[in-house]
Amino acid sequence: MKTKQLLKYLRIDRWPTVWCPGCGNGIILKAFLEAVDQLKLKKDRIAVVSGIGCSSRATGYLDFNTMHTLHGRAIAFATGVKLARPEFKVIVMGGDGDLASIGGNHFIHACRRNIDLTVIVFNNMIYGMTGGQYSPTTPEEEYASTAPYGHIEKPFDIVKLALSAGATYVARATVYHYNLLVRYIKEAIEHKGVSVVDVISNCHTYFGRYNGMPEPYQMLEYFKTNSVTLQKAQTMSEEELEGKIVIGQFRKEEKPCYMDCYRELQKKAQGR
Amino acid sequence: MMNIDLKKSKAVTGAEAVANAMRQIEPHVVAAYPITPQTPIVEYFAKFVADGVVRTEMIPVESEHSAMSAVVGAAAAGARAMTATSANGLALMHEIVYIAASSRLPIVMPVVNRALSGPINIHCDHSDAMAERDSGWIQLFAETNQEAYDLTILAIRLAEHEDVRLPVMVNLDGFILSHGVEPVEFLPDEVVKEFVGKPKRVYPLLDTENPVTYGPLDLYDYYFEHKRQQVEAMEHAKKLFPKVAEEFEKISGRKYDFVEPYKLDDAEYVMVALGSTNSTIKYVVDWMREEGFKVGALKIWMFRPFPKEKIQYYLNGRKAVVVLDRSASFGAEAPLYEAIKSALYEATIRPRIGSYVYGLGGRDIVPEHIRKAFMDAIEGNLLVDEQRYLGLRE
Repeated sequence: MKTKQLLKYLRIDRWPTVWCPGCGNGIILKAFLEAVDQLKLKKDRIAVVSGIGCSSRATGYLDFNTMHTLHGRAIAFATGVKLARPEFKVIVMGGDGDLASIGGNHFIHACRRNIDLTVIVFNNMIYGMTGGQYSPTTPEEEYASTAPYGHIEKPFDIVKLALSAGATYVARATVYHYNLLVRYIKEAIEHKGVSVVDVISNCHTYFGRYNGMPEPYQMLEYFKTNSVTLQKAQTMSEEELEGKIVIGQFRKEEKPCYMDCYRELQKKAQGR
Repeated sequence: MMNIDLKKSKAVTGAEAVANAMRQIEPHVVAAYPITPQTPIVEYFAKFVADGVVRTEMIPVESEHSAMSAVVGAAAAGARAMTATSANGLALMHEIVYIAASSRLPIVMPVVNRALSGPINIHCDHSDAMAERDSGWIQLFAETNQEAYDLTILAIRLAEHEDVRLPVMVNLDGFILSHGVEPVEFLPDEVVKEFVGKPKRVYPLLDTENPVTYGPLDLYDYYFEHKRQQVEAMEHAKKLFPKVAEEFEKISGRKYDFVEPYKLDDAEYVMVALGSTNSTIKYVVDWMREEGFKVGALKIWMFRPFPKEKIQYYLNGRKAVVVLDRSASFGAEAPLYEAIKSALYEATIRPRIGSYVYGLGGRDIVPEHIRKAFMDAIEGNLLVDEQRYLGLRE
């Protein structure tokens, strides 16, 4: 899709963005806008909530109802927005540091509660804004400003985390797989209940520079060669999957979401 | 103003200066989470750890809430523990900031002052520090990178003194100091190490022969008494600070006090402020003195405990006092102004007094603003109940 057609969803007066040239955040943002456009959603019926970090700056550029909140707290704020305006499509955008570290608790509880939110994780495996510190998704043995001799902690797998916490729609794509990304974000927005899209993205400025991929294309190339589809992954051994990015739709199931249960309870309590 | 020997000094940012103080102190534990503009302090320090320059256990935790919690745990176990933060990071620490003070844990924490959200702003003001002013921490404010370095070292001794046992925030202005380069005279490592000494372990958690518990339920039976002890500890901090400062002067030649008077001897009009703006104020004092105005400045080094007696000593009998605040207290007077005004209640000859709020969210303050505030004082145009603003569009 031509970018021009999507400009109506952006606050162009806020350009240029703070993102580095070649940053994956732009790809994710465009995929999101394309999904919104395909779904023909009304601009004033969408609320986008973000926390703190490079990716969270997206709310400043989007011409929807947007809220730029506190580090890690976007999901908590978004929960409030959804409860007050259940008819809104409420989307949370945030990085891995924001959503899986300082805000990790909100993330798992939103999944457990199955509240009708769409969480798009801009997962670049590092803290980009503050200078390349390792994040909860930095893979073992990779380098970061706080891991100059290699990272010794095990990363969170956002998909597994969301699945085990009870999310009802879970998918993963990388910024290399643009069309897939549009599809997953679209499905996630349409899905009733909590939906999580883990988007593996490039911070070549920090993650890339520390790990031998200082150019954006090198990281995209890396995502291309190291991604395997879920279908293929199911035929592979654990050793074969070492270091691979498994992309695909991991779960899509209809379950009563928080708002439905809440209304049900209301009726019951009021004897209706 | 402090005389710094340029030949002996290095040009460094405030962050690098503070990180080097931490290197020389070599705490047992540092736990931190990145936040602008504190980040470079921790980055420099992390490099010292990675390079094996210090033997500190460094924990890059998942939030500031965890950073302060880890440091509290380490300090309770008897370790010398430090962290650093800014703005929302400090706000997220808030509940443990109180735990640190009430558990009487001598943690020293550089706070790189930044405006609290919202809307989001990463630049300097003192709203973060002021939100913690009643938490029971000692609060020191640095004017220069040299002071940020010195006060971090000095703070260890004050915090860990047996009669004090209180945590200390060393405040330095975000970006202006943390990222601004100035000459800093570093003390030799062994001199700092000898000055800070080994921490005395007071009721450490890991003393298995004498087990203790920290923070158990303390209701209407003893909570009040414990709070009274914190009040007393602050009084001790006030008593001991000059002694610690004197010892620091012996090793550094640099003299610290509760406040720093600048050209006050015959000054009729005095400006009071915290932090780096004092350098600009001194510049304006010099400029206006050349024109014959009897102006001077009083810099506040220690904001908590509040050095009321010193304030009274220096401000009693002046014609007018202008107080500059880099934070607002919505619905009440600005914090420094309120404190100064309260101190002057007991003065025998009360000066006229005026409140000026400036620099919120990093808004620049220039000599003309300061001159304007001085001129208001000189022209008798101060109103005790009017809060004015410098550099604000209205």
